[in-house]
Amino acid sequence: MASNDDGVKATINGEIHELPDGTTVAQLLEQLGAPRSGIAVARNARVVRRAEFETQRLADGDLVEIIKAVAGG
Amino acid sequence: MDTLNIGTYAFQSRLIVGTGKYPSMDVMRAAHEASGAEMVTVAIRRINLDDPTGKTMLDYIDRTKLRLLPNTAGCYSAKDAILTAHLARELCETDLIKLEVIGDPDTLHPDSRETLAAAEALIADGFTVLPYIGDDPVVCKQLEELGCAAVMPLAAPIGSGLGVCNPYTIRIIKERAKIPVIVDAGVGTASDAAIAMELGVDALLMNTGIAAAKDSVLMASAMRNAVIAGRQAFLAGRMEKRLYANASSPMRDLISSTGA
Repeated sequence: MASNDDGVKATINGEIHELPDGTTVAQLLEQLGAPRSGIAVARNARVVRRAEFETQRLADGDLVEIIKAVAGG
Repeated sequence: MDTLNIGTYAFQSRLIVGTGKYPSMDVMRAAHEASGAEMVTVAIRRINLDDPTGKTMLDYIDRTKLRLLPNTAGCYSAKDAILTAHLARELCETDLIKLEVIGDPDTLHPDSRETLAAAEALIADGFTVLPYIGDDPVVCKQLEELGCAAVMPLAAPIGSGLGVCNPYTIRIIKERAKIPVIVDAGVGTASDAAIAMELGVDALLMNTGIAAAKDSVLMASAMRNAVIAGRQAFLAGRMEKRLYANASSPMRDLISSTGA
């Protein structure tokens, strides 16, 4: 498997972030300082289940949404 | 017991309330309590990457008493609404979704085509779908046929507090529906809530009517009572209206000062 020393560029909540190659969703949350609870994550328009946070690795060009509940009607 | 059934869920309260626009979280929680509601709506938004650690709305809702009804508010396409619904299900651990796909930013009227498309996809994915929709009996029937658990026609624009502007179409929707009809949007004060319930609808969803009152907690109590009163009046069946008076006291054996 080819490794990419340049890392990956992923769009997180509309902002482009450069991340180390092989970054997992769990590592991304840690790097952002985001909690593991009270949030949910989608990667390329698919929900990443909580149980997959440690195993799903981000790839170049990924679109990631990290969301929470807010006030609304 | 006059139970409201939405999909597989049963409720004793016919009032669903929002979490938006409250002056504080303390006021919101007291209003929720006073409303007697058993389900509250929340919206779904991106976390703030500059301050990702803050509390979220879920920290302020007593989930032992209140079921969550996440919404897809702010979505303008079926695609965005479907993704938002999936994220909401993961976050809130519920298959209930208030499907809201807006078609116009000024009126906040729903986009019927996108709402129908999103409803179909979400029902196929196992969601219990409660769509916010216009007061169109045909679209409401189509949503029912797709398998929605309820339809939620507006009584007036979202946040307008104009009251029930469309009592005849709401009645037609209710008469033809086999699923619960929940009036969503437009109720501004207690009399509006009673009027809506007297039309025979199954429940009301309101946010601004309570949150934007000067005393939200007192208004929440007023809305609770108005929903109960309107429901009871509907079940009781109102008297027929008549043009002329009809005395309530006997017209025989009247006293006369002249001895006549």
